[in-house]
Amino acid sequence: MLQQLEELKSNALQELASIADAAGLESWRVRYLGKKSALNAVLRGISCLPLNDRRAVGTLANQTKAALEDGLQQKELALREFDLAAIAGREAVDITLPGRPLPVGGIHPITRTIYEICDIFTSMGFQVVEGPEVEWDYYNFEALNIPEEHAARDTMATSWVDAETERGERHMLLRTHTTAVDPRVLETMELPIRVVTAGKVYRYEASDATHTPMFHQLDGLAVDKGITMADLKGTLYEFARRFFGEERRVRFRCDYFPFVEPGVEMAIECLVCRGAGCRLCGNSGWLEILGAGMTHPGVLERAGVDSQVYTSFAFGIGLERLPMLRHGIDDIRLFFGSDLRFLRQF
Amino acid sequence: MKVPLKWLQEYVAPSVPEDDLASKLTMAGIEVGERQAIGGSWEKIVVGQLVSVEPHPNADRLKLVTVDLGTEQLTVVCGDPTLKLGDKVPFAHVGATLIDGRSGEQFHLKSAKIRGIASQGMLCSEKELGISDSHEVIMVLPAEAPVGVPLADYLGDTVFDLDVTPNRPDCLSVIGIAREAAALTGQPIKINEPVYNEGGTPIERQVAIEIKAPDLCSRYCAGLITGIKIAESPPWLQQRLLACGMRPINNIVDVSNYVMLEYGQPLHAFDYNQIRGQKIIVRRANSDEIFVTLDGVERKLSQDMLVIADEQRAVALAGVMGGLDSEVSPNTTAILLESANFNPANIHHTSRLLWLTSEASMRYERGIRPELAVPALKRAIQLMLQMAGGEAAAGFIDVYPGRQEPTPILLSPELVTQLLGVEFSPDQIVTVLTSLGFNCERSASEIRVTPPYWRSDITIAADLVEEVARIIGYDRIPLTMLSRPIPKQDPKPIFRLKQQVMHSLVGYGFQEIICFSLTSREALNKAQTRADDDKPPLRLSNPMTTEQEFLRPSLRASILTALAANQRHEEGVIRLFEVGRVYLARPGDLPEEPEMVCGVMSGAGSKKSWHGEDRPVDFYDGKGVVEALFQQLGVAAKFEKGQDNGLHPTRQVAIAVNGQTIGVVGELHPEVAQAFEISVPTCLFEIDLSAVLPFASDHRMFQPIARFPAVVRDIALVVDKDTSNQQVTDIISSFPMVSQVAVFDVYSGAPVPVDKKSLAYRIRFQSIERTLTDEEVNDIQQQIMARLATELGVTLRN
Repeated sequence: MLQQLEELKSNALQELASIADAAGLESWRVRYLGKKSALNAVLRGISCLPLNDRRAVGTLANQTKAALEDGLQQKELALREFDLAAIAGREAVDITLPGRPLPVGGIHPITRTIYEICDIFTSMGFQVVEGPEVEWDYYNFEALNIPEEHAARDTMATSWVDAETERGERHMLLRTHTTAVDPRVLETMELPIRVVTAGKVYRYEASDATHTPMFHQLDGLAVDKGITMADLKGTLYEFARRFFGEERRVRFRCDYFPFVEPGVEMAIECLVCRGAGCRLCGNSGWLEILGAGMTHPGVLERAGVDSQVYTSFAFGIGLERLPMLRHGIDDIRLFFGSDLRFLRQF
Repeated sequence: MKVPLKWLQEYVAPSVPEDDLASKLTMAGIEVGERQAIGGSWEKIVVGQLVSVEPHPNADRLKLVTVDLGTEQLTVVCGDPTLKLGDKVPFAHVGATLIDGRSGEQFHLKSAKIRGIASQGMLCSEKELGISDSHEVIMVLPAEAPVGVPLADYLGDTVFDLDVTPNRPDCLSVIGIAREAAALTGQPIKINEPVYNEGGTPIERQVAIEIKAPDLCSRYCAGLITGIKIAESPPWLQQRLLACGMRPINNIVDVSNYVMLEYGQPLHAFDYNQIRGQKIIVRRANSDEIFVTLDGVERKLSQDMLVIADEQRAVALAGVMGGLDSEVSPNTTAILLESANFNPANIHHTSRLLWLTSEASMRYERGIRPELAVPALKRAIQLMLQMAGGEAAAGFIDVYPGRQEPTPILLSPELVTQLLGVEFSPDQIVTVLTSLGFNCERSASEIRVTPPYWRSDITIAADLVEEVARIIGYDRIPLTMLSRPIPKQDPKPIFRLKQQVMHSLVGYGFQEIICFSLTSREALNKAQTRADDDKPPLRLSNPMTTEQEFLRPSLRASILTALAANQRHEEGVIRLFEVGRVYLARPGDLPEEPEMVCGVMSGAGSKKSWHGEDRPVDFYDGKGVVEALFQQLGVAAKFEKGQDNGLHPTRQVAIAVNGQTIGVVGELHPEVAQAFEISVPTCLFEIDLSAVLPFASDHRMFQPIARFPAVVRDIALVVDKDTSNQQVTDIISSFPMVSQVAVFDVYSGAPVPVDKKSLAYRIRFQSIERTLTDEEVNDIQQQIMARLATELGVTLRN
């Protein structure tokens, strides 16, 4: 019996050494370590052996089983390594070839700018509203303290629409600024108000590197009890900090817009020269970013808001200028040229 | 407005350096743009005096001139025959930088021999110094010029170019800027009262003024000077005009321009002897009245324009420009000097209609105050008497129908705090306003403020708050955040829908473009998007070009133009989209502006790649995009036979939501493709997002995920050629337990009969309650086949 076990062990291990694949190893395992294997039969038959043989046979049988299991485990490891090496070799690819392309789309840089700025202001409690692009003279001018023949109209050359009102008057135009949405908001929305509006505006102007007859603006309006110019400065500073970065200096100076009083212009330190003066900033060191101010009491009253009780601020930003400054784009016409070689860069 | 600092310093002595003054003015609302340094390059140029003028021994036209420079005397060769002994001139030493009189380029002066005689420097013309374009003669300096002093010290200056906002016509003047500088630097302002001898005949006996349009002319003042001599102005006056960008003409015209620049009040000098009947009538023009302005242009006037006339004809277009035949000429001996005030809107109107702006109209249309008329008139008479001699008539005429008493404004210090968010004491407020010339009377709670006579922009208390803030400095106002509760939010769903659509399309590989909303009739015709004749596109009444004449009723023309342009340099499939408004006319009202999305995909499988070539784009590419988009939006869209003129007659569908057509998708109509020069297969879709909006709801109800396995059956059917997939799937999916039907193969050709085609479907059978048995599925499948056979004549394909 003992000799049989020794033979079994040596035969099994010999056979094991010559196995080269997982299938062979599995049939070897079944044959030598399976339920129906000779070794298993020996182990199960130990109890039937004479008492004095039991110890020796039992010990050897267990040693044999342990040796075979050990061999199996090592062989398994060896085989796995062998397989991986084979796979790696067989299935190698040129990893420098480009991947199967997915079509890559993109958002227009102006739309992206609108989203970015709207996000900043919505986080400060402003909500996004919209207004018509084809507008009445009233909302674009009159309601904003710009009556007919006001000198400020000269700075906003207007495209007029060939259409009549019900009374046969011709007062339809393409809005020259998104500020035209403000009086509509004041007339229709419940107080208090915090809104921003972005969209297309139009000027009667020929195209060149810095002008197009259509461009984009974003306007903001806040109306509440106790709103101050300090709030306006704080809100705009927060916008500038988040859009241009913490380290960029910001300047507020007096400026004139007929629909605000006091009027404000916000400028940031020049992105190129950082204040030293260069061609981009016209040697001033500053880049004008937006116009703002405390909403003129006349604008509030005309829309039915009691200016004794409520104060308000408003601001307007030209949107093309921001990506132009940020990305160094030197011709505004590129935004509306639909050239993929331009648009894909953003 | 250009302001030479030396001129400014006649009224105020700013206590700060030039840079600080520029910065203070800019911060206070008057932006200092370019700063021009006159004489900045005048190194080695000094004031010299001619001590001898001798003929050149070797040239008839040249002279040898010896110049006294204080410490030395140098001799130069000079060609100017007008030079006289004792003249003071700019003398350039060798090494000076000058401007070449002919080429206009800079050069460095070298020592030279001219016709055998060494010239140790050069006498300069105004052009060589960069002062003006005059190059015919050497510049002669005033007799008081100090010999030997660097020219830059004597004539040099800095000119501020100021951007004056339209509300501040008072700052279109040197004195106006001086007042700002005085307030900003805490210095006093000194303006001398003009005095002159008015010894002539009282003016009332020599001229009469009548204002027939008092609504358009609130004040008309006039003075009269006789016995004048027209001549050139003295150099200092000419140089100031030049520095301010005005051309010197003669002493009378120059003084009226000078005083306009000084006070901001336009003045006009008429040749008194050309005023017929010695009467000035301020009246509306007759309709179609012809008038020749002094620029020589004949202009046709209308009744809404104001003219200054004598008894026979108009002599000036009021507030805009004088007339040619009453202008001051070299022979003029007497002048009538106008200092008036006109209605700003009317001047703007006239100037706009005639395309004629002037220094005068620019000031009038911004609304200068009538109180300015008298001081400016007196100042001009004073200077004219100095420059042109003569005798001023006693007194001046002042017709003032528009006189208004100044109305004080009540300002409470609380309002300042309420608007600015920072407290300033009543003392501070009064100090600032007083420094700007405002009259302040304090009571217990308020300040009664009367604006000075030159300010036309101050009408309400908020205007005063701005004055306080801008002089103290906007940087003194703190930064605070809005502290009140956030107002009720009621976001507009269209904004979100647009964003969703954009993100989906970008995910499908589409690039967003933004095109002009204005387009041409030609482009609209090319895209075949001509609306019905009763709804023509909106047209501009003043189009800049025919390219931008119509408001687009569809996004197609622009996107197809963009596609065609990109095809010239792009390989492979191009995918573009635009989200924007179209404009649909409504009678008597603003147009409708629905938000649309329009997309194109185009490509012929030409892009070479190691993965293989792209497949040419076809109808199903476009439809796939639209299907995916609507699935993502959660909107059930149906596709129906389309009838769009711009799309391929049989390869297009109309997209319907809730029974309403809201868009189209299809291949481009061959004619449209040809019109836009698009040569590769192209799919286009256009969808009205405003119409989709009511159905794009996020309120989708959860459906439990089936816990029991599905049974999948594939069947291949033979159907009539013109039977549609829709007909087949409608029948199959109407059966219970059918959870999904998908066509996976479409085939025609042998062995399928010619008038038939084969469609293969994968059908998933599933119950949410139990596992289906093969028998059950077989049973349903047989019922399906039976119905397909009776209704559509479908057979199974083997």
